[in-house]
Amino acid sequence: MIKILKYSFYDLMRSRWSYVYFAFYLLLGVVLLFLNNDLSKAVITLMNVIIVLVPLIGTIFGVMYYYNSKEFTELLLAQPVKRTSIFLGQYLGVALSLSMSLIIGLGVPFIFYGIFKSSAIWDFSLLLITGTFLTLIFTALAFMIALSNENKIKGFGYAILLWLFMAVIYDGIFLMSLIAFEEYPLDSFSLIGTMANPIDLSRVLILLKLDISALLGYTGAVFQKFFGTSFGVIVSIAMLLLWVVIPTWIIQRKAKRKDF
Amino acid sequence: MISVQNLHKKFGKNQVLQGVDLEIEQGGIFAILGPNGSGKTTLIKSILGMVIPNSGVIKIEGKPIKKDWKYRHKIDYLPQIANFPSNLTVQELINMIKDLRGKNNVDDQQLIELFKLQPFLKKKLGNLSGGTKQKVNIVLAFMFDSPLLILDEPTSGLDPISLLRLKDLINSEKEKGKTILITSHIMSFVEQVTNDIVFLLEGKIYFKGSITQLKKQTKQPDFEHAIASILQQSYD
Repeated sequence: MIKILKYSFYDLMRSRWSYVYFAFYLLLGVVLLFLNNDLSKAVITLMNVIIVLVPLIGTIFGVMYYYNSKEFTELLLAQPVKRTSIFLGQYLGVALSLSMSLIIGLGVPFIFYGIFKSSAIWDFSLLLITGTFLTLIFTALAFMIALSNENKIKGFGYAILLWLFMAVIYDGIFLMSLIAFEEYPLDSFSLIGTMANPIDLSRVLILLKLDISALLGYTGAVFQKFFGTSFGVIVSIAMLLLWVVIPTWIIQRKAKRKDF
Repeated sequence: MISVQNLHKKFGKNQVLQGVDLEIEQGGIFAILGPNGSGKTTLIKSILGMVIPNSGVIKIEGKPIKKDWKYRHKIDYLPQIANFPSNLTVQELINMIKDLRGKNNVDDQQLIELFKLQPFLKKKLGNLSGGTKQKVNIVLAFMFDSPLLILDEPTSGLDPISLLRLKDLINSEKEKGKTILITSHIMSFVEQVTNDIVFLLEGKIYFKGSITQLKKQTKQPDFEHAIASILQQSYD
């Protein structure tokens, strides 16, 4: 698996898009720091961008890489290599190179700005950690969808729909149901609703870390009570891990049964 | 060498293999023939483990291949359509496959020379012509000294001189005692390299034996007509 990972990683490292993605984050970091002149504010703005953009890029790159490297995959399948390691290797290759673009692209401007001497270092690290998690999650989901759909257009469509659902529609449904059931106690419902979507979970985690939960009103207080504790943080991380493990497991299962 | 028992495979509603039984002995060249869609490639891919059969057993050197992958060390495969990752160079691809198989002391230089591939080594695979890609494909398949060699339409896109070299190459591999499976639609090529054929029709083995036997059975003077007469029966 390590060999496949290595080749997928190299392959992506030579691709133009990795650099575009890297340059985008570099630029974003520099511009935000320049405009805000304040690390914490830059982190908040970055969060808003990352929460939506990272899953989108992970989805698109994952699906594109799978379909574009189909020939390569077929070549590998005839070699004495285990099936699951081919697909897991490719998946990790994509996810790791994307995470690297994110971490280095944002890390460089923040390091030059002096993040290590600032109190925002933990907020910033949390941002990068959730960003990496989101990359791992959405690339895995994209691979899972691509593996189940022979048709490129269909696979691409489903993957984008999934992203749209998670990033936009889910929130809408969530809010509407909160309004519809406002007469009932909704503490645990909203907690579970937030936990079930990795994008929402990441957003809440970062917001609470930034101590602006007061803005969230009553819900914010409930969330602070839960996520503020170490138990809450452990549950959230476990939830994000679960979001990585389950699609990866499905990839493995699908890979074993597929015909090429 | 290869033993296939009661192999069934369905793609959706399309029943491609309907109970294939086949024994291939060690050493020699065997041609797998059949009309389009008769299941030749599916059979080969099942042996390679790329297609997972619905039922049936495939054994290589007596061992079932199900859930195994190490047995592919014994197989070299030449795929029908040479599709390679387009942003690698020829040399990189060769090195990568060597690395993946964990064999670095192979004789690829001689093959590269044989097919005059030196000028292309530094070129990207995406920029090569169909015939050149097929030559790279051949180098990759013949580079390792595995006991079983599977060639799916090896002649496609080759110029006459490369075709001659390919025939010599196949014959020299046979001399080494290897087992070689070939599929092809070019009957004259088949006739030149082997005498043993397996004829697939509608997902079953229709005939297995020598070309002479086939001619006798179909009462036709030459091989091409013999094959045509079988096909004629199935089209009627």
